Amino acid sequence: MGWFKRNKEGILTPTTEKKETPEGLWYHCPDCKNVVTSEDHIANLSVCIQCGHHDRIGSEEYFSILFDEHFYEEINANLTSADPLNFVDTKKYFERIEAAMEKTKLNDAIRTAYGKTGGHNIVIACMDFQFIGGSMGAVVGEKISRAIDYCINKNAPLLIISKSGGARMMEAAHSLMQMAKTAAKLTLLSKARLPFISLLTDPTTGGVTASFSMLGDLNIAEPKALIGFAGPRVVKETIGKDLPEGFQTAEFLLEHGFIDLIVKRTELKEKLSLILSFFRN
Amino acid sequence: MPTYLEFETPIKELHDQLEKAKEISAESNVDVSKTVKELEKKIKEKTAEIYENLSPWQRVLASRHLERPYTLAYANALTDGTFLELHGDRNVKDDKAIVGGFGMMDGETIMFIGHQKGINTKMRQYRNFGMANPEGYRKALRLMKLAEKFNKPIVTFIDTPGAFPGLEAEERGQAEAIAKNLYEMFQLKVPVICVIVGEGASGGALGIGIGDKVLMLENTWYSVISPESCSSILWRSWDFKETAASALKLTPENMLEQKLIDGIIKEPLGGAHTNPEEMFKIMKVELKKHITKLKELDPQKRIDKRIKKFCSMGVFHET
Ligand SMILES: [Zn+2]
Repeated sequence: MGWFKRNKEGILTPTTEKKETPEGLWYHCPDCKNVVTSEDHIANLSVCIQCGHHDRIGSEEYFSILFDEHFYEEINANLTSADPLNFVDTKKYFERIEAAMEKTKLNDAIRTAYGKTGGHNIVIACMDFQFIGGSMGAVVGEKISRAIDYCINKNAPLLIISKSGGARMMEAAHSLMQMAKTAAKLTLLSKARLPFISLLTDPTTGGVTASFSMLGDLNIAEPKALIGFAGPRVVKETIGKDLPEGFQTAEFLLEHGFIDLIVKRTELKEKLSLILSFFRN
Repeated sequence: MPTYLEFETPIKELHDQLEKAKEISAESNVDVSKTVKELEKKIKEKTAEIYENLSPWQRVLASRHLERPYTLAYANALTDGTFLELHGDRNVKDDKAIVGGFGMMDGETIMFIGHQKGINTKMRQYRNFGMANPEGYRKALRLMKLAEKFNKPIVTFIDTPGAFPGLEAEERGQAEAIAKNLYEMFQLKVPVICVIVGEGASGGALGIGIGDKVLMLENTWYSVISPESCSSILWRSWDFKETAASALKLTPENMLEQKLIDGIIKEPLGGAHTNPEEMFKIMKVELKKHITKLKELDPQKRIDKRIKKFCSMGVFHET
């Protein structure tokens, strides 16, 4: 597999930005309503210059932000979802897969790549929420599993960037078992004494949270990211009243002791390099 | 008074007839022994016919039968009453939806852990309908580590509609508790056997479900989501639960076929609840068989096999 050098322009385009500015010229912050040029917004890594709102971005953008000189080698890019149960709800699952691939130009809800960040070798697995809600099926499980093998082979640390609504229902128990599979593999990474940094971004809920996302040597999160096991709607229905302000945000999880630290995207690369240097012997 | 599920109505009618025949014989001198024999035979045949042809949704209903034995019933019966319940996660509280403790099964100490549902309306509430909070998973892990320390095999009984999706569950890290259990269970040096004895719903089930052998009783289900929730999310309506149950391929046969479990345990005719004593006997034979075999393996070998098994799960294309 070859090394790719990506052009900075055109990569850092946030996924939501295109819809919000038909002319592609302006970014309207959904939080503080501030308006800036898309160019400035993208240059600030899709973080609102005024209020710090973190726009959702995908694997392409994270790879560009984190890998030195935007150089990275994508690994196991050619894995795609099968449909082991011939699952049909209101639509056939394989048609959903095809439509998602067509729409997102991605092969599934995660991409894995090897490269350097701040001079440190690293394997990064980054989820893409656009692909069926970042849901975890067999491809996500297998790619994480292989990314861990790759880490062990290359003696490299692992960063997983989570962004997922949970398990992929259309793969039923196969998707459930990916929680077990990824946790199993992480025990091997631990045994090899290689660090695993888990970055939880908006949103990280359901099956991924109850497996690899919460198992980092360090669990870090982007500001205000929604993080939880049950979705807020389900919790609200369960307790029968409104949820307290800030419930299930990154800040809420930090206060309750489940997140090591919150890192702004604009400081992510720098902080990640620092963390990796702590683990280096 | 036994309760019957809707699809069991023909069985109920035969039972009613049988009762009536017995009443007649008690009140008069009419000899009904022939009728009784015939009816008993018919009941057997009808029950077999119905249970051999359950739809996936009916299987889900059977798994939720209110008279099915739960963890404490198994633990007590399998250990001739020596089961000693151990409480608490040593941190927050004692979760009532997951129970655990040591017991002596034919002379061998076993750690039994499992979801516990209530046996009546009041107890069902007390047990939170078998939906554990984080402290339930943490208690389970504490007890597993205790068993490991003294080299005792672990048996888990899974029967939950899911981990509890409450506010405090989120505050205390439901996700982290389950994730941690998955991670730790892969490293347990003692044999671990997990049996789905009722409902196997999602992460709440998997949270005590990492074993060298994962087995399902005949009238149970295991999947990533309940058919009702699946219906409400994918069909945006509660009306497709039967379709969802079929689509999810959640029966023991489906699960075995997909190589996601290791075996199926037979239930007495008509389900575990119709003859709990027989169910306990079958369970004991199965558990002893697997524990004996697993103990022949070196601990590291067992761990390697456990990891390898789960890592081979999942179907995908590679081009
Ligand atoms: Zn803003």
